[in-house]
Amino acid sequence: MAQEPLLRCSGMDKSFAGVPALRDVHMSVAPGEVRALIGQNGAGKSTLIKVLTGVYRRDAGQVEFAGNPVDFTSTQDAQRNGLATIYQEVNLVPYRSVAENICIGRARRRFGLIDWKAVNAEARERLAALDVHVDVTRPLVEYPIATQQMTAIARALSFDAKLVIMDEPTSSLAEREVATLLDVIRRLRDEGVAIVFVSHRLDELYAVCDTITVLRDGRTVADSPISELSRYDLVSTMLGRELTESERRGQHVGAAATAAAPTVLEARDLRRAPVLNGSSVTLRRGEVVGLAGLLGSGRSETERALFGADPVTDGEIHRDGEPVRFASPQEAIRARIGFNSEDRKGEGIIPDLSVRENITLALLPRLLRRGIVDRGRQQEIVDRFIRRLDIKLAGPDQKISELSGGNQQKVLLARWLCTDPEVLILDEPTRGIDVGAKQEIQNLVRELADDGLSVLLISSELEELITDCDRVVVLRDGATVAELEGEDISEKSMLHAMAEGTAATGSRQGGDDD
Amino acid sequence: MTETATAEPTSPAAARRPGGRSWAGFARRYGAAALLVLLLAYNAFFTRNFLSWQTLMDVQLRQAAPVAIVALGMALVIATGGIDLSVGSVMAIAGQVGALTVLGGLPPALAVLLALAVAAACGVFNGTLVVRYGVQPIIATLILFIAGRGIAQLLSGGKLTGFRNPGLQFLGLGRIAGIPMPVVLMLLVAAVLWFVVRYTGYGRTLLATGGNAAAARLAGVRTGRVTMVAYIASAALAGLVGLVVIGITAASDANNVGLGVELDAIAAVAVSGTPLTGGRISVVGTVVGAVMLRLLQNTLIAQGVPREIAQIVTGVVIVVALFLQRRAR
Amino acid sequence: MSTSTGSTTTAAPARSGRIGRVLQKQGALIALVVLVVFGTLRYGESFATGFNVQSVLADDAKYALVALGMCFVIMTGGIDLSVGSVAALGGVVAVQLSGAGLVPAVLAAVAVGAAAGLVNGVLIARFRLAPFLVTLASLLVARGLALYLADARSAVAQPGGFTAFGAWKLLGIPVSFWIVALLFAVGALVLDRTDFGRNVLAVGGNEDAARLMGLPVDRTKVAVYTLSGALAGTAGAFLGAQTGSVDAAAGQGWELSAIAAVVVGGTLLTGGVGSVLGTLVGVLLLQLIFNVIVFENSRGGLQISSYWESVIRGAFLLVVVLLQVRLTRGRRAALA
Repeated sequence: MAQEPLLRCSGMDKSFAGVPALRDVHMSVAPGEVRALIGQNGAGKSTLIKVLTGVYRRDAGQVEFAGNPVDFTSTQDAQRNGLATIYQEVNLVPYRSVAENICIGRARRRFGLIDWKAVNAEARERLAALDVHVDVTRPLVEYPIATQQMTAIARALSFDAKLVIMDEPTSSLAEREVATLLDVIRRLRDEGVAIVFVSHRLDELYAVCDTITVLRDGRTVADSPISELSRYDLVSTMLGRELTESERRGQHVGAAATAAAPTVLEARDLRRAPVLNGSSVTLRRGEVVGLAGLLGSGRSETERALFGADPVTDGEIHRDGEPVRFASPQEAIRARIGFNSEDRKGEGIIPDLSVRENITLALLPRLLRRGIVDRGRQQEIVDRFIRRLDIKLAGPDQKISELSGGNQQKVLLARWLCTDPEVLILDEPTRGIDVGAKQEIQNLVRELADDGLSVLLISSELEELITDCDRVVVLRDGATVAELEGEDISEKSMLHAMAEGTAATGSRQGGDDD
Repeated sequence: MTETATAEPTSPAAARRPGGRSWAGFARRYGAAALLVLLLAYNAFFTRNFLSWQTLMDVQLRQAAPVAIVALGMALVIATGGIDLSVGSVMAIAGQVGALTVLGGLPPALAVLLALAVAAACGVFNGTLVVRYGVQPIIATLILFIAGRGIAQLLSGGKLTGFRNPGLQFLGLGRIAGIPMPVVLMLLVAAVLWFVVRYTGYGRTLLATGGNAAAARLAGVRTGRVTMVAYIASAALAGLVGLVVIGITAASDANNVGLGVELDAIAAVAVSGTPLTGGRISVVGTVVGAVMLRLLQNTLIAQGVPREIAQIVTGVVIVVALFLQRRAR
Repeated sequence: MSTSTGSTTTAAPARSGRIGRVLQKQGALIALVVLVVFGTLRYGESFATGFNVQSVLADDAKYALVALGMCFVIMTGGIDLSVGSVAALGGVVAVQLSGAGLVPAVLAAVAVGAAAGLVNGVLIARFRLAPFLVTLASLLVARGLALYLADARSAVAQPGGFTAFGAWKLLGIPVSFWIVALLFAVGALVLDRTDFGRNVLAVGGNEDAARLMGLPVDRTKVAVYTLSGALAGTAGAFLGAQTGSVDAAAGQGWELSAIAAVVVGGTLLTGGVGSVLGTLVGVLLLQLIFNVIVFENSRGGLQISSYWESVIRGAFLLVVVLLQVRLTRGRRAALA
């Protein structure tokens, strides 16, 4: 496929408020080529796509499309020139028919009025080309997501797209639907359409892509035919781990002691298609257990299910050995469990309230005396935790939205810590905060664990998991695939599990059997 | 799990200076109070006997009190991110129930109890639709807006229901320490609400629910219950005002009691700088807003401005308040 | 209600939503037919023909116009609370210009209404202010203007072409209603067969997606509010022509009746789904309830107070709203 590239971009730079999101990124796609685009959180995938398709303007760089230099100013502009995008969230109109969603804005007309017969016929034709046969007159929303995705693809192609960017199209699809989508991609490739396929599901990428571009921290760190990159190498490149082993720093006093400790919280085979497919994790008193996995592996979903924030369709949860079913976070809180979401802004802070209010929110039921907040106790607790966590602020009545990210995170941590929980479930507690605060939080977690607090921790930073955890459970595609303990916790073993789906048996050899 | 490119701006406000020190923010928060002061000053100069106790208390405050009380209830609902269009109809129903009860020979205390109970039931109706069925507050309260007035009219047979009961009328005509009862009630309700918002657990959960319902829920707040209480309180307060109003006229006019009060109440809240999206409440601001708007109307009319234009001015004030709200975000 | 178990290539639509949807779409029509049949059987001639039909339809014409505009606004996911006041304003203007003849008077009312709607639309679309509040404010402003123009009293029309219009009939049915029927037919066609109509539904269905698809979202919104205002102004003109005068306080509550009619007729309050003809059915149905009550009373026997009308209207609205909630919940589940 050594052709003249259809799309070629190089030297792409893009910053937001001084913070670079893309640095000298390059990528090229030839007609009929299926290129995988992959990277972790914040790597720059979305930004690159948005820059290419005209949602953002690039700060620097050249983009050539079909041999001409281009600088798209809007998605319609890109679309008109043959560059179409399919998004993860189906960006179509749910109550309109399938046919209308495909043809909207370009409908065939007769006497100035929309000719529905022609529109429906065209829609049927286009879907048939994708081997999809449905009643195109029914509202889009009546069909499963997979069909809706196909509709989005049909729409994209109807603009004579030469290059289709698919941004995580399979994240809501079941296995069978994914297979269909991959067939569609192969068919498009055979017809000479170029595809950029963004996904974090390695199996899919290896099944259908020809080449791969890996982004990390806004840069292109790998660009090769996919056959030349093993899964293991891929995962380690994504996460930035060199193949040199990094030692586990620090002794974990609790490790030996916790083996005999009682189980405080356990998840057994949690399921909720398509994100949870048999996730299990056990947490013992005084342990720090880490949940490792790539984006989309079901870590957050597992934690939320344990906290009663989201339901499960199958599986069991046990608290102190007893089966429980938390119908709401309130019930979990009463069971002395605390949970800190990864989405600080959307599910964490109450922006207009003060730090004081934010800290004591979960503790409120216990702070009330006949319905009135015990200000004295509240003040004392707030002061205590501000000191303990070294939260930097003008005063406890400052609006939380005015604090830095790191300090906000500390406030949220304080919210849970002041409830004196037995179990603390954390989702990316050190994401997006400065190094100093990070260190403080990590030390604090260790201290608390030594005092008997059980912690379940999600982190995308392997180093953090290595240094902080007594055990690490690795998830992949919604299922538990490996459990590593003590000395076995290493980057290699974690990467191996994430890449291959099995635990490396403590070996130090690279396991690339792709 | 979604990918969040952490370099991307999360909100335009993220770049704003802390403290909201923009002119729009200032105007939003203190505009009503400033306007009130201006009006007071203007009237002090140009209106005869304005600064007398009689004018201020018996006229201005007494006229503003009913709307102010309804507005306080409305403010609670708005703090949860909702709205209550049914307050006018609830006033009518409660007033009619109160009048009928005393006409039936029952003691005024029972009349008050019954009226408030019926009003609270209306609140439960609204709250159930919003919380349990997820109906948009505008539409949920629209139902009682339409049907409620009909219910009141059914109870009254469309006729003016006159009564004579000093006990019940005390709510409207009585005085405590020389202060007209409506004003006393307004101050009382405001004080209670202020206390609740500031010092009680409910107040905290109210603001949390309106501020970020998802976060509140994860922190164990019973957001459904909090919202329900707000709707019940709003309806109950409207019921109370219904009793006040019929007390003043010694008659329940189910056709007209509370007509248009929802607009006045929403206006008072909007003008106080409280965002209609929820999460904040200003008890003092709402009262100031209600008083200011009434004084504005009275001032304009007293100066010979036709009532109609005075209404237009009120409309403009609301739009300006809304505009400032958007700017200050 | 998710049907993800079906194969993706030949997926069948959700069955359980069908009945609910049919009920929602045709429920109003069924109820209307039932009520008409009931009325004819029970009250005989005087109900089903002549004067009664004429006055009902003439009455309905005004409300139907307002409801038509409201239907389009609601389909974009918005709301217009100012229509009652704008109707009053339009009516006052028309009546005061009635001396100049029918056409100028009506045109003036339309123009005034459209202007009010345009202001609403621009504030909502361009400045992104909440429709509820913007139209609330214009409700006050328009009412104030109407009161001012009419000197706080009624505006009385000059006898002539304008007032004669109210009495015109074609095939025994008031011309005003024919005009309304025509407008509804056009409206239904526009909704179903023109880009504008499809855009309205797309904007209400998923505004972000509509924008991403390159549809003129802002322009569509401005257009529907302008349309709503223009129709409200026309309704006011009709009021003036039919009754000979317009009370400056007229139109109160029209917006809520319109919303009820639109919702009962099968349009989703959240937008994105709607029926123009359903709105007409909704108007007819809700007005007919009042009519039936009047007849029932005149029959002697049971004395149903006309106040039951609002209660029944409210009840209808409640049923429809709950139905809609169940349906949208089902659809959301399928979307997940």
